[in-house]
Amino acid sequence: MTPARGQDVALVDLLDRLLAGGVVIVGDVTISLADVDLVHISLRALISSVQTLEER
Amino acid sequence: MADALVYLYAVTDADAPEPDVEEGVDGAPVRRVGTGRLAAVVSSVDAVRFGEDALKRSLEDVQWLEATARAHHGVVDAAALAGPVAPVRMATVYLDDSRVRALLTDSAAAFTAALDRVRGRVEWGVKGFAVAPDAPRDPEPDPGSGTGPGASYLARRLAERRRAAHGHEAALEAAEAAHRALAATSLASRRYPPQDPRLSGRREEMVLNAAYLVKTEGALRQVVEEHTGRGLRLELTGPWAPYSFATLEEP
Repeated sequence: MTPARGQDVALVDLLDRLLAGGVVIVGDVTISLADVDLVHISLRALISSVQTLEER
Repeated sequence: MADALVYLYAVTDADAPEPDVEEGVDGAPVRRVGTGRLAAVVSSVDAVRFGEDALKRSLEDVQWLEATARAHHGVVDAAALAGPVAPVRMATVYLDDSRVRALLTDSAAAFTAALDRVRGRVEWGVKGFAVAPDAPRDPEPDPGSGTGPGASYLARRLAERRRAAHGHEAALEAAEAAHRALAATSLASRRYPPQDPRLSGRREEMVLNAAYLVKTEGALRQVVEEHTGRGLRLELTGPWAPYSFATLEEP
């Protein structure tokens, strides 16, 4: 079993839930990105950072 | 604080105990804003760092994203230990407490229904990976068959490729069967797209990425054990706050 509490949570499992789950409410500070865009942007950031690490 | 915004983590019962957590996103203290039977779990955050432009930029910054995701999760998790929670999507920000109270008042019925749907229940995740079944040993090339070593090499490669394609199909089918069995033991289920191997760091192909809402995970655990094997490896994660099942849609 993988614990879902504390630092042991895999970031990728967490992002599934935080970026695609949870109640969607339009806050006052609107991130004018569709949900899918948000995920893509985040993934792009992650992927490019992973690639940067590998290229070092 | 005039130059502060309000970051919203989750909505919970007003009479649930305070979540036991020291700090939230950006190191900000966690507090509650209540009205009626509902309470919002919030932090006051810096108006510049959590304004629209900065948020957009920050979401591209993997270190910020990870720190914020983990802090957000820490607060939601603590709130989930204290009572039923409807987690809110990451980076939901309001101008001030009165705007949060207005949200709770305006959407009171929907939030109450959402909390009732997850009360006393937890989310568990199941991830399925295709694993290579034990390959049968390659038969020695028959020296008397008249075909050269090149031909037998090609035949072996073809057989390997066929086995891999068959293994892929079999793993997908096994994953579907596992999902049906897992969903049958759950109150609700939700599937996510397979995770990018560059993010998960896993070489095996992901064939199932799903969340299940349950009272206890005993039955899930049993299904996971029963369906592991035959080219499929299932992994259970949890318990999670009901991120995948707290929605404001009417049931």
